[in-house]
Amino acid sequence: MFQYVLKRLLSTIPVLIGISLFLFIMLRMLPGDPAQVLAGQMASPEDIKAIRHQLGLDRPIIVQYGLFLNRLVRFDLGRSARTQHPVVKEVWARLPNTVLLAVAAIALACLFGIPAGIIAAVRPYTWLDHLFTSMALFGISMPVFWLGLMLVVIFSLILQWLPAGGTGSWKHLILPSFTLAAFVVAFITRMTRASMMEALSQDYTTTARSKGLKEEVVIIKHALKNALIPIITVVGLQFGLLLGGAVLTETVFAWPGMGRLIVDSILARDYPVIQGTILIFGLLYILVNLIVDVLYAYIDPRIRYD
Amino acid sequence: MIERNPKRSEDSPLRRNLTKLRRNKAAVFGSTLILIYLIVALLAPVLFPGNPSAPNLVRSLERPSLKNPLGTDELGRSILGRIIHGSRVSLLIALGVVLVGLMIGVPLGLVSGYYGGKIDFGIQRVTDTLLAFPGFLLALGLVSVLGVGLKNTIISVGISMVPIYIRLVRGCALSVREQTYVEAARAVGTRDSAILFRHILPNVMVPITIQTSLGMGTAILFAAGLGFLGIGVQPPTPEWGAMLGSGRAYLFHAPHVATFPGIAIFLAVLGFNLAGDGLRDVLDPRFRL
Repeated sequence: MFQYVLKRLLSTIPVLIGISLFLFIMLRMLPGDPAQVLAGQMASPEDIKAIRHQLGLDRPIIVQYGLFLNRLVRFDLGRSARTQHPVVKEVWARLPNTVLLAVAAIALACLFGIPAGIIAAVRPYTWLDHLFTSMALFGISMPVFWLGLMLVVIFSLILQWLPAGGTGSWKHLILPSFTLAAFVVAFITRMTRASMMEALSQDYTTTARSKGLKEEVVIIKHALKNALIPIITVVGLQFGLLLGGAVLTETVFAWPGMGRLIVDSILARDYPVIQGTILIFGLLYILVNLIVDVLYAYIDPRIRYD
Repeated sequence: MIERNPKRSEDSPLRRNLTKLRRNKAAVFGSTLILIYLIVALLAPVLFPGNPSAPNLVRSLERPSLKNPLGTDELGRSILGRIIHGSRVSLLIALGVVLVGLMIGVPLGLVSGYYGGKIDFGIQRVTDTLLAFPGFLLALGLVSVLGVGLKNTIISVGISMVPIYIRLVRGCALSVREQTYVEAARAVGTRDSAILFRHILPNVMVPITIQTSLGMGTAILFAAGLGFLGIGVQPPTPEWGAMLGSGRAYLFHAPHVATFPGIAIFLAVLGFNLAGDGLRDVLDPRFRL
């Protein structure tokens, strides 16, 4: 298992190099002088010159990339052009809020999506199956920001049960996490249904049934256990979608997470913060995929020996 | 005597698939939605003559009425009129995005899968990097560099779709390149470009078609998301996401401003998703979910 994790860790290195190159090129693609952009509108020529020298912009491009990598490894992403605070500090301060929202949403999505998928698979082509698959399709097609606003209208404006935005209590988490969950629940329901239907049609399920096992045991112990791999894959993949959705959900609910930070930074053209947020989002995504891969190997030992 | 129904045996695969597609109620509903949007987009100047962006402050934030069936926005503009004209913008974005994705992703996927080796390795590492960012975030990052506006929205969202096409086409090309007819073409000295575009490309058209339909829905959602955040298509262009974004400020006393553009986005995306699902069920049932 250790060897497998190590191998999987090493395989993320090319992607990490790719991300660093992407961020490096991104900064070079900006119109005008990157030093001017990083220093902000109010910077004096001396400041710009100092930043140019500090970033090595007056040196050959390969050296510049080397220096950029060096700073990246030390998590030195410069200072925000707006607040002058270190970027890492700004991003780290917002990270727990985004992680909390994402984890709550994925938990809610699994709590609804997996049972819904199982029921749809066990009772295929019945009204229940049609109901859950239609709900899944609606969830995929619905703009997350619109759903969020509609939930605010219903639960905050009309019923006055929940706060419309902000943080502070568990009540503040309900609407944003439901909104974000609706975004991914559809994929989880569809994948659970598909993989459960396949597992239920396999010989081992027929054998379990012919042994006289209870239907619940056949479904949970025999079919679901084998259907888990694609379900975990889709949950892992949805995490990325969820991070994208978090940008919109956080904006709707004024949730102080990384999503709002990146939007505010784009609007203010605060490139160091944009770069830092994108880097952390990328790292988070890689980390989740890594965890998913390790989980695979735990659930299905054959994967470890491949 | 043997052929009792000669007409049936002459059925082309296209006709067979169309019949299957017609029997799929969800796909028919999805295609009808797309058709309605297309007609509305084409006839927009007839359905709602005049400038949909011209303000009329006297009628600001009016509720739905007979004169303005979906009410008016903060500048007194008809929301129905802006949704009608917005369908042109959204369909243009969907088409543009998919074109960018196809034009970059398909050739790269073909080359990567067909040649393999170092070329494949290089292209796949770039793809891995792009896939390391969730699609919407990638589009967001690109918009932050390229700037806001219709053209940059199309380019940014389009590039975020490129890795999906590369992976899809590469996978198909990998399996097709081992087929006997490709080997035969190679053996008689057919040029690589001819093999790629004449022999391999037609065989990957099915997954590309399905992905294109689903991708159009995603493109509309992504572009609307960017518009909502204020970093996509800019006002006064009637873009549904931007309309929703500006309606957010009036959510508590005029919720209709944000409600109707959202329904327009939802139905358009639903149409493309239903049509894409239907196409997949008919053309490639292996991937049915």
